[in-house]
Amino acid sequence: MGYVIAGATLATGAEMTLGSEPAEAVIPTAPGPAEILDLNDLLTLAAAPTASLITVKIGTDGRASFALPRAEVGQGIITSSTMMIAEELDLPLDKIDVTLAKARPELMFNQLTGGSNTTISTYTPIRVAAALAKQQLLRAAAVVLGDTVDALVAKSGVITGPSGQISYGDLAVKASVTDTVRAEVTLKTRAQHTVIGTPQGRTDARDAVTGKKKFAMDLDVADALPTMVARPPTHNGAPVRLRNEAAVLDLPGVTHVAQVPTGIAVRAKTFGQCIDAIREMDIEWEGGELAGESDASILAKVKQAQLPMVVPKVPVLTQRVDAEFTFRFRSNSSLEPNCAIADVRAGSAEIWASLKSPVVAQEEIAGELGLPVSEVTVNVAQGGGSFGRKLFHDAALEGARISKAMGKPVRLMWHRVDEPRQGRLHPMATSRVRATHLLGEVLSFEQRHTSVQTDFGHGLGDIITNHAAKLPVGGNLSFAQTIFTLTQEVPYNFGAVTQLLNETDDRFNTGSMRNIYSPDVRTANELVVDELARKMRKDPVAFRRKFLRSSAAKAALDKVAAMGDWGRTLPDGVTQGVAIHKEYKGVTACLVELDTRPATVNRDVRNGVTGPRVTKAFFAVDAGLVINPTGLEAQMLGGVMDGIALALTSSCHFEDGHFLEASWDNYFYTRQWNVPPEITVEIMPSDAGQPGGAGEAGVAASFAAIACAYARATGKMPTEFPINHADELAFEPKPFTPSVVQSPTDGLDHTY
Amino acid sequence: MSSHTFVLNGEKVTVDVEPGVRILWVLRDVLGVTGPKYGCGINVCKACTSHINGKAFNPCSVPVSELSADDEITTIEGLADTVDTDLHPMQDAWIEHDVAQCGYCQPGQIMAAVALVNKVKAEGRAIAESDLDGIRNLCRCGTYPRIRQAIRTGEQHM
Repeated sequence: MGYVIAGATLATGAEMTLGSEPAEAVIPTAPGPAEILDLNDLLTLAAAPTASLITVKIGTDGRASFALPRAEVGQGIITSSTMMIAEELDLPLDKIDVTLAKARPELMFNQLTGGSNTTISTYTPIRVAAALAKQQLLRAAAVVLGDTVDALVAKSGVITGPSGQISYGDLAVKASVTDTVRAEVTLKTRAQHTVIGTPQGRTDARDAVTGKKKFAMDLDVADALPTMVARPPTHNGAPVRLRNEAAVLDLPGVTHVAQVPTGIAVRAKTFGQCIDAIREMDIEWEGGELAGESDASILAKVKQAQLPMVVPKVPVLTQRVDAEFTFRFRSNSSLEPNCAIADVRAGSAEIWASLKSPVVAQEEIAGELGLPVSEVTVNVAQGGGSFGRKLFHDAALEGARISKAMGKPVRLMWHRVDEPRQGRLHPMATSRVRATHLLGEVLSFEQRHTSVQTDFGHGLGDIITNHAAKLPVGGNLSFAQTIFTLTQEVPYNFGAVTQLLNETDDRFNTGSMRNIYSPDVRTANELVVDELARKMRKDPVAFRRKFLRSSAAKAALDKVAAMGDWGRTLPDGVTQGVAIHKEYKGVTACLVELDTRPATVNRDVRNGVTGPRVTKAFFAVDAGLVINPTGLEAQMLGGVMDGIALALTSSCHFEDGHFLEASWDNYFYTRQWNVPPEITVEIMPSDAGQPGGAGEAGVAASFAAIACAYARATGKMPTEFPINHADELAFEPKPFTPSVVQSPTDGLDHTY
Repeated sequence: MSSHTFVLNGEKVTVDVEPGVRILWVLRDVLGVTGPKYGCGINVCKACTSHINGKAFNPCSVPVSELSADDEITTIEGLADTVDTDLHPMQDAWIEHDVAQCGYCQPGQIMAAVALVNKVKAEGRAIAESDLDGIRNLCRCGTYPRIRQAIRTGEQHM
């Protein structure tokens, strides 16, 4: 069911809520809440009250266009959306223009990109709109050609019948209607698909490799001069005043200076001159609530908030595994730093930024500026990565404040130093696990996850709050606890299972990071699973097979065990690790080989962290119905790289109120010298009728598999991640004042 | 403010800007050439990697005053014009392997890859695993395995 929309040329629409029936299946063996109704069901359900349409339009040039109400940040959804339209419209991919929709408040939370939910929630409505367009074109062609619709064939943008042929472009006006009408259409069956499910390169590949692809900072907006902010030396400190404003304004290129809640902003002819100006600023700061705090004091606070285990009544001879893990702060910054163009005028404002929750951004910016929401235009730009960061609109809001204060358009960009120090972090957390077993059976499995508070103030919150009452679980779960419950699941038959979250400390800038809880929670789980197997003298793969509930999980596990030749003979110091994960309506499994031999660990890379190296990685993913296997594989590859970083190298150190990291040579995200020379992704066959999520799905199993391999190599469970956090710092921390570092001048000494 | 002349993607350009301004900002903020990206400004992430006289360099770390009138800078926008084909073989390899995810680091990755292959060829050898391990360009999407594959394909056609 969709709509043919009134207009000069053909436009068809569908409710964003199509295909969002609640999950019905309730499996009989005491499922956890995540099995009944996972986060994706909730995100999809949340769309129900909104009644607005997404629209496919046909132009007189024969091209189709569609404004996708989601953010493209590298996950490939423009390509997969183009494929869905091509499938139903019988139009080549290169004749379809998918762009990113501006903030559309009428869509409510149907414009949130998160939880790996885009393809799950748009699969039906996009296809319905496209199929309706084709149906309408066929009807118009029948009139023009004097044939019956049944006698016509649409192919590659041309409709052919016994009496002749006509192109979509020539039909665009004839197929239009003067009054919007509801219409029914039948979608192609899976067996009829010729585009969906085939490997396709990204539609923006050529633009990406020629430099034509435009990100927010590349957009040509008149008079939006480079703008940067001098930020406080402590995390979430605040400016008191700039003592030398006149001197700063006299510096070359500088046009404006303004104080905002987050620091002192400067606008100049070039970003280089913004950096120069910040380094000349004499600013009085206040330290904020975190002055004097460090990793140790924050961890102590987290531990105080840990919820007790409910010691189950178990027989006398029962054995127990107790484990506790600490997961350190990590930066979710993308390579593109926080940035936005803002042009605030007297009665209106316009923003350009990569935003996964543009409606929330629009509403908050309108409130901040004292403008009606309708007077704030929020354009969604292509994003240079997200990883959770772009759920928030920190730079868009800050840019709006600065533009208002300066009375000028601004091109605001954060300095790299600012990203780990003042940007959002995945919060520090601990996970305690207690499992009991007797006579080869696991009797209980309890997990208590405790975390510095994760900020959900990006709109997801309202969805959950609105729908929490519908959940088939009792009690007054808090918002974060609800998300935790909806996403976390122990996929094994482990008797009495409880998983609880508690949060503490709201003083940090936090957010999700390519998953919310799963990578940490599942790593803790899988390490304990390995320990249970060891104590019961069982092979880790056989042990998992025995207790896994899902046949898809068993199949994925078997696949990686076969691909990676589980149990093969390896040199001393090289170990295998295996793990599975179930989320996003799909299953993933990962098998790695980890080389912990000194020659590998002690490799010398200038300003880099080497350490143990994953030399082989085998990954299997069952993501249900796959739109684009090439894109799905890409997401899994990226997920494994994130797993490597989380397990082995990347964290932020909090010391005396500030984070020490300030560079990609401080915050050690995976680099080429950490990349497995051999990595294979296998997409599992699935007869599911619906797609699953992909963007975040690759991380948890790979993190857990690497952790398990490391435990096997060292002979004991690691208790802290990444494993190198407590090592001597691998870098000299950059100064905290001034807040930005100067660019070097010796670049020509390093050419090659 | 002073005047600086150099060759950019085959064309002579002259800019009026303070001599200390790094070339990255001259390209992006003054000339509107936005292929080279900012990722750190301290020659670490390598997102701005471009070529000077055929060699890889990072314009975030070179003041414009270091340039002479005959210095030739090539950014990703000008790479295809250095060969007779529609795209440079490394760009074709990137498309063949569908390397880019968000694409933000890719101009720098490709420019670094071309320079690396040229360097290795000049040394009379082929790309080795250790050469790939030594690439410092950061990709936060983690498409590193495809970058490695694409460089090996690009090498075959350069």
